[in-house]
Amino acid sequence: MRVSLFITCFNDALFPQTGRATVRLLERLGHTVEFLAEQSCCGQMHHNSGYRQEAVALVRRFVRVFADAEVIVAPSTSCTAMVRENFSRLAAFAGDAVLAEQVAALRPRMFELSEFLTGRLGLEDVGAYYPHRVTYHSSCNGLRTLRLGDGPERLLRHVRGLDYVELPRAEECCGFGGTFAIKNADTSAAMLTDKMRAILDTGAELCTAGDNSCLMHIGGGLSRAMAGVRTVHLAEILAAEETRA
Amino acid sequence: MTVGQGGFEAGAPAFPAAAHDELRNAQLRRNIRRATTTIRAKTARVIAELPDWEALRLAGEAIKRGAMHGLDRHLLQLEAMVTRAGGQVHWAEDAAEANRIVIGIAQGHGARSVIKVKSMTTDEIGLNHAFEAAGIRPFETDLADMIVQLAHDKPSHILVPAIHRNRAEIRGLFLREMGLTELSDEPRALTAAARRYLREKFLDTGVAISGANFAIAETGSVGVVESEGNGRMCLTLPDVLISIMGIEKVLPLWADLGVFLQLLPRASTGERMNPYTSAWTGVRPGDGPREFHLVLLDNGRSRILADAAARDTLHCIRCSRCLNVCPVYERTGGHAYKSMYQGPIGAILTPQLRGPGEADSLPFASSLCGACYEACPVRINIPAVLVHLRGEVVRARQATALGRLGTENLAMQAALAMFERPRLMAAAVSAGRLAQRPLQRGDILPRLPGPLSGWTATRDFPALPAQSFRAWWKARA
Repeated sequence: MRVSLFITCFNDALFPQTGRATVRLLERLGHTVEFLAEQSCCGQMHHNSGYRQEAVALVRRFVRVFADAEVIVAPSTSCTAMVRENFSRLAAFAGDAVLAEQVAALRPRMFELSEFLTGRLGLEDVGAYYPHRVTYHSSCNGLRTLRLGDGPERLLRHVRGLDYVELPRAEECCGFGGTFAIKNADTSAAMLTDKMRAILDTGAELCTAGDNSCLMHIGGGLSRAMAGVRTVHLAEILAAEETRA
Repeated sequence: MTVGQGGFEAGAPAFPAAAHDELRNAQLRRNIRRATTTIRAKTARVIAELPDWEALRLAGEAIKRGAMHGLDRHLLQLEAMVTRAGGQVHWAEDAAEANRIVIGIAQGHGARSVIKVKSMTTDEIGLNHAFEAAGIRPFETDLADMIVQLAHDKPSHILVPAIHRNRAEIRGLFLREMGLTELSDEPRALTAAARRYLREKFLDTGVAISGANFAIAETGSVGVVESEGNGRMCLTLPDVLISIMGIEKVLPLWADLGVFLQLLPRASTGERMNPYTSAWTGVRPGDGPREFHLVLLDNGRSRILADAAARDTLHCIRCSRCLNVCPVYERTGGHAYKSMYQGPIGAILTPQLRGPGEADSLPFASSLCGACYEACPVRINIPAVLVHLRGEVVRARQATALGRLGTENLAMQAALAMFERPRLMAAAVSAGRLAQRPLQRGDILPRLPGPLSGWTATRDFPALPAQSFRAWWKARA
């Protein structure tokens, strides 16, 4: 299959290793990956912060760039949820029927990485090897908007060497919420403290998720606390292989 | 009184500042965490028993949408039916008018005091203050409301206004305020003390005030749903009953209750059936109050109804489940919202009731995690309304030169310009790599300047890595 990668602006600049892992993984599975250089941002930050006109401009750009893509895969639950849930609302806000049609045509071709693997491709074992104790944070958009269910967990349980441990109170937000983490920094920090406590209680050395924005938040807190626990995107675990020297 | 002020705290600090103080209160954090954890488990258990919960939610949503769609007709029908059954209907455009009507009726009966059923609407219009100003003493008879009133405190939860208090604190309050010398902190003993205190009020007060959980247009019936039976005392013992309800509480048909009396108790208290459900239709000689007044309150509701993107806010049945599942509420408690409508529903309802420019920080008091939407028994998409209200705040800000020149707007416009020209984005990332050097420690930025310092107060920020994804891709080809 020809997979058009929506890397997301955030991963592009801050977490390129997630993008590289996604490419490696999809190519290993026999797919052709393309990266359209004209892509940038889905508009999530503008939309969630109340900048609707600005977000509409980015929706227009997105549908133009990806108009001909067979399938679009993004290693991000929140950006995928933005395309799925909010693009049509923004088209309606703009009162633009043509844009609404373009969005409707694009929606069924948009996938988050784990749902592409488990849902579209029907895979559970992607041939990964990752010998670490890992817990999984489900991310609010993955859990409630995309309804990923146990897909990511099934992928993790099939990774050789990986010691999977469930995260208690998994349905609870980590407190990131985009600009919420800055505007309501204290409340966000209180939520993060409880999330870190749950992660530390599992005894895992790594916390993974399908979204680097949650992971930047959780990882930033763990790093500040010198907790000795790291965060890693799910794509990087699934792309990892045993290296034979 | 200013229009729509009522139970909202005028000139209150914005949510982030108010939350800062609440977050540091260890007793409050523990009280609320315990209470919400308990109620969450209880509601989840009884909801899981129903095979048709999702169908009930859809039915609740559809009935409310229909009720709002024909609101004008339903209200006129309600007025006609209540009047036919011997009740009197009053229309109040705002809080001041509602208070004037209620106090006028109480004064007409020479009342020196009134007893009250738990009611959000009377809190919203600040009725207790208006009563006190008129020399009439209002007595709250709901246990939690009574605790809040005795403590000169403010409610912190829609359903459990004293959720921030534990029983040791309540014992101390009762000892002090009821003139008792001995009292244990056993729930049974506390309830008995409250009962003794309240019974006297029930028996010697002639005017009762209530809100309404619903009113049925078809029959002219008004209803209150409660757990203690104190409400029923107020609804049946005094000679005069005055009920104040928001106009959105009207339901077209008696049969509609079949849906809501299943949704409400399971979502709110985690009970299968509500303990005391009282419904009355006008007056009846020899049975209950001899005089019944229904005050229909607008107070900003028609303005909400006119906004297609937000009108579902009016579907709320005040179950408070969104508070109980909210990770923000669980940590800040209700007082940080500076309103008697707290939590996610408060964050959308308060700014809309108060009107543009008021309570502007509340729509931002959410991480948009969606737990409220998932829990709401009538499926109000609270996150979508929050985002819409954020949009209205931004629209108002961008309408002024000062707002357009604000840091946030400038940053958002710069980000947009960058996202619209990916080459500019690449250049900006390169510039960022140079700029971050003095701040960098290995692969992290421990301290960021300006508004971003809120992040780095408790969290490290990742440094921009040497090569972006797009640069890697280009080099690879």
